[in-house]
Amino acid sequence: MEKILFLAHTEADGTLPNAAREALSAAVGLAEKLPGASLAVALVGGDTQPAADVVAACSAARFLAVTGEEFSVSRYATDAAAVEALVRQSGATIVVAPTTSRFSRSLPGAVQRLGGRIETHVSGLDVADGTVRVQRWYYRQRMVGTLTRSQRPWFLVVDAGVFPAWQGAAGTAAVEAVAVSLPQVRTKVVGVQSPAVKTQTIRSDAPLLFVAGAGWTKKQSDGQLHLKDAEDLILDFLRKGNASLGSSKSLVDQSVEGEAVLSFMSHLNQVGQTGSTPRHPKGLATCCHGEEPHAVGWRFITERRAINTDPNCGWAQGKADVLYVADAFEVMKKVNELLAG
Amino acid sequence: MSEGFHIVVCGSIVPDPLQTLAPIDTPTGSALKNELMLPAVLDPWAGHALYEAANLAKKTPGSKVWLVSLGPKAKLQQLMMTIAQKVAFELVVLDGPAGGFTDPCEVAQALAGAVAAIPGLDRSRLLLFGGCSSASRDAGVTMQMVGEHLGITEQFLGVDELTVEADGSLKVLERIEGGQYLVSSCAGSPAVLAWATGNLPEPPNNPQIGMVNMRTVMPALQKAQPAKVGAEGVSYLGVELPSQRRETRIVKDLSSDEIAAEIVAWLKG
Repeated sequence: MEKILFLAHTEADGTLPNAAREALSAAVGLAEKLPGASLAVALVGGDTQPAADVVAACSAARFLAVTGEEFSVSRYATDAAAVEALVRQSGATIVVAPTTSRFSRSLPGAVQRLGGRIETHVSGLDVADGTVRVQRWYYRQRMVGTLTRSQRPWFLVVDAGVFPAWQGAAGTAAVEAVAVSLPQVRTKVVGVQSPAVKTQTIRSDAPLLFVAGAGWTKKQSDGQLHLKDAEDLILDFLRKGNASLGSSKSLVDQSVEGEAVLSFMSHLNQVGQTGSTPRHPKGLATCCHGEEPHAVGWRFITERRAINTDPNCGWAQGKADVLYVADAFEVMKKVNELLAG
Repeated sequence: MSEGFHIVVCGSIVPDPLQTLAPIDTPTGSALKNELMLPAVLDPWAGHALYEAANLAKKTPGSKVWLVSLGPKAKLQQLMMTIAQKVAFELVVLDGPAGGFTDPCEVAQALAGAVAAIPGLDRSRLLLFGGCSSASRDAGVTMQMVGEHLGITEQFLGVDELTVEADGSLKVLERIEGGQYLVSSCAGSPAVLAWATGNLPEPPNNPQIGMVNMRTVMPALQKAQPAKVGAEGVSYLGVELPSQRRETRIVKDLSSDEIAAEIVAWLKG
């Protein structure tokens, strides 16, 4: 009989991140499919009661929490200790948690202390013959595997965008406080800093990923560079189209190679094999080129369109639904005008 | 930091990203087809960690850099022909598999054992560097587990910037959601820093550095310890390439106005 623990941390304002509600959906589904399985909820944060109340109706038999000022911030030493205590207290055999920067840092250490195992970037969960089957990608989204394992506790860290967010009525959860023995903590969280850019260009919850390739910084049909025009067009579109900005590796690498760059572009925007593979319902790629390894940044984009002057562009052929053979400068200018109207 | 840091970088090989990869089943589990024949490169994020380590060591007198690498030693030897020309380090080799289907817990145990056995390593001055994730398994958990094995509870993941302050404390910028950074201050070493891309370009090849490095690289390869690393307890039920190929509609004969209108309709649809 598996004992499933849904594990999450609260945000600074006490709410659960959306990725956590998605992971809860996965945990509830797993508990329903596994015969005899039980479900518990464990939370870490400065004040966890409001978040516990929001998910009170999720059919969990127990609610556990590590609460306090030390746990209101994202820090390895305190988070790993909290997770360790919660899993020990719950006696969980399977732990389902969301992929967040906070848990990505701290869960592996807790797993090590608990003698467990961990699967990260889980993109699918199923039960067959009473056994949990996990789907995840290898070689940076170039091949997908399905596996199961015998060791327990088994941590399953679920990627955002895979499962629907759990929905249910709020209630009042009877939360058991779990005590934590902290080691000497030598790290102080100073705060959060946004990159030194003109605008916030990365929005994981945006409906559209706009991918800008190196073509924006190359000489155009008049033989001139048009960096300022490119910046204005892209930023204008991000605002009007409510889009998140991604970039090809070749474009962000230009900044460290001393070439002309878009001032707001950084390695944080990079998608593909050595960047991120975000999940958005739609994606529009402009001036991108490259083959499969570079185009894996598209992997989890549902509807894909591209604008490129090359009809044989490897980024789009066979990977996009529509390829517009056109000048992206001209098209995006018109798109912005239409969106403004 | 008057004495400098002892910086240990964990990093290994991955297939060159431009290679076509295909999974196969073997008696010991899943693997890549012709894995030992594929050209290999230093794992990208581990590479950034190595360059950041060398840069920090250069700026902090008394520091030293080790590169601890788990992989087939013949492949590591090939890799060293290029990497050893870029920055100064002492190599520690574990001869074992470097593929994506091994278990990170087993890898971490092997790496931690190798780090702990480095002669003359001062754990109080230790900065354990590595990539935030590999381009093979892409689990993003190995460095934290190595740190746990070594008893280091100050850990940072997705690091893009490290500054050693005048008082010896470490100011660390880690990537978090929404393109933002979490800024932390750590009261000096020991610490684990799993790097994202950092801020440094790939150093150019320097034959002089290569000659110095090769004095220790070849002996390290010769005395490489075999590492028994696998995926005990894991059953791979299938590994496959994504099969979907989209039927791309190529639009060549529309004006910019017409294309823009079609895109806007799609965005709003």
